[in-house]
Amino acid sequence: MQYSETVMEHFKSPKNIGRIENPDGIGEVGNPVCGDMMTITIKVKDNRIDDIKFETFGCGAAIAVSSMVTEMAKGKTLEEAMKITNKSVAENLGGLPKNKLHCSNLGADALHKAIMDYYNRKEGKPKEPKQFEKVEYMEKKEAGCHCPYCDAELSEPSPFCKSCGKPLPVDK
Amino acid sequence: MELIYFDHISGTPIHPLVKEVMIKYIEEGGFGNPSSQHRIGDAAIETLEDARSKVAALINAKPEEIVFTSCGTESVNHAIKGVAFARAKKGKHIITSNIEHQSVSRTLRVLMSMGYQVTAVPVDRYGLVDPSDIEKAIKDDTILVTGMHANNEIGTIEPIAEIGKITRKKGILLHTDAVVSCGNIPINVEELNVDLLSMAANQFYGPPGVGALFIKEKTPIYPLIDGGTQENNRRAGTQNLIGIVGMGKAAELARLEMPARIEHLLSLKRYFLERLKTIEDIVINGHPEKSLPGLVSFSVEYVEGESMMIMLDEKGVCVSTRSACASGSLRASHVLIAIGSEYATAQGTLLFSFGIDNTKAQIDRTFDVLIETVGFLRNISPLYKKK
Repeated sequence: MQYSETVMEHFKSPKNIGRIENPDGIGEVGNPVCGDMMTITIKVKDNRIDDIKFETFGCGAAIAVSSMVTEMAKGKTLEEAMKITNKSVAENLGGLPKNKLHCSNLGADALHKAIMDYYNRKEGKPKEPKQFEKVEYMEKKEAGCHCPYCDAELSEPSPFCKSCGKPLPVDK
Repeated sequence: MELIYFDHISGTPIHPLVKEVMIKYIEEGGFGNPSSQHRIGDAAIETLEDARSKVAALINAKPEEIVFTSCGTESVNHAIKGVAFARAKKGKHIITSNIEHQSVSRTLRVLMSMGYQVTAVPVDRYGLVDPSDIEKAIKDDTILVTGMHANNEIGTIEPIAEIGKITRKKGILLHTDAVVSCGNIPINVEELNVDLLSMAANQFYGPPGVGALFIKEKTPIYPLIDGGTQENNRRAGTQNLIGIVGMGKAAELARLEMPARIEHLLSLKRYFLERLKTIEDIVINGHPEKSLPGLVSFSVEYVEGESMMIMLDEKGVCVSTRSACASGSLRASHVLIAIGSEYATAQGTLLFSFGIDNTKAQIDRTFDVLIETVGFLRNISPLYKKK
């Protein structure tokens, strides 16, 4: 397998699994067209992430990223947590295969969204926790996949990535 | 840890008797070039033609209708591009289905960029092509129909013989990609009404790196690889005789042992499907009867396939999530989307393909691991509503 030892450890024994009851912030990202969905819930106390949990539908890398990002964010101030990047998550995992780098984006994105959700709620803009819906939602999101090699966003179907020029998996 | 191999669709182990003839051939020289005019060349020709006869017998073709290639993908490329180029003056329209292997779909994509038109007909929820859809798609300038004999992701066996009746009537050439079916289920090119048929040795216990293309006599076709006069001017380049010897033996064994092999694979499949009923929220993909005997594709709701596959691999069970050739792809399988799967369901698909050495005890052990894996991953899935 192409995964590092750390990735395999976090995949096989992920930390912080689950969904916090009555969370202070929820971040949901991804869609099943690209293959991954992630939900991060946080509890905030004194401007710090007091508790954090994740649920993930996705490949081994996506699960490992979720576990790692929650470990990295736990106990951090919100400002510190906002600074966690895709790159630092991937680095802490000992690297990810190139075509899986987009999974690390999901992890940081879900965390940042959960924090933004917390701020929004504090300002009195509570958002309905969005549930993953079926096909309608996914088809709208289909254009939001990323190049498995360079991670550029793919806006339209093309046999080549317009950013790095590598051939893309063509399914039709 | 005993390794359990349930991924025969990605490549079958080399049969011990196949290995034996290949090693024997190497030990006795193994370098002769069939194009040489001396006695070593003559001996190589004899070896080559013996293998050719055995491959021809597997599909009821004439030996001179068999061209050896480097793999199934080359055979497919040769068939499609070879006919497209040879018939370009007659027309540039090609008909296919929307569940073809990448070797077909990407080849057609290249031809499209060169001015060819392609019509891809849909399939029903079992993955079956309706021959009347092919008939309706035929235009004045249609030169070729290419459709797979059995699908490599869901195992559905297509009505190629019926499609062949239509193409014969209309004077259009028919190619079938039989890479995953050839050597595993009976194939008779006369009954299938095909002009071209692609196959690969590593799908029936021969070595990887060798395939063949059946080209019915008098079929207009260009070579894919130009050069010398090998393979009766249809495929230049020195033959891979070590591989070809293995393919010949594998074809002979497949022909002789086929009924017993099918019976064994079907009993494994029935047993597996029975045990699969114990896991809830499973969708079985493909046709319940018109299907490859050793293949089961199923989707596990709320869980993604690769994570299941890796966990199974950790426990010594080798399966795949989809076509090995597409495993770099992150998108849901086009085959499963074509038969109407939801995206999330399609992403949770596992492909088990059994072989002649597998046992029911291996299936039992696999289920212990599978049940544990599915439970673990469902527990962390945001899609799974805990009951």
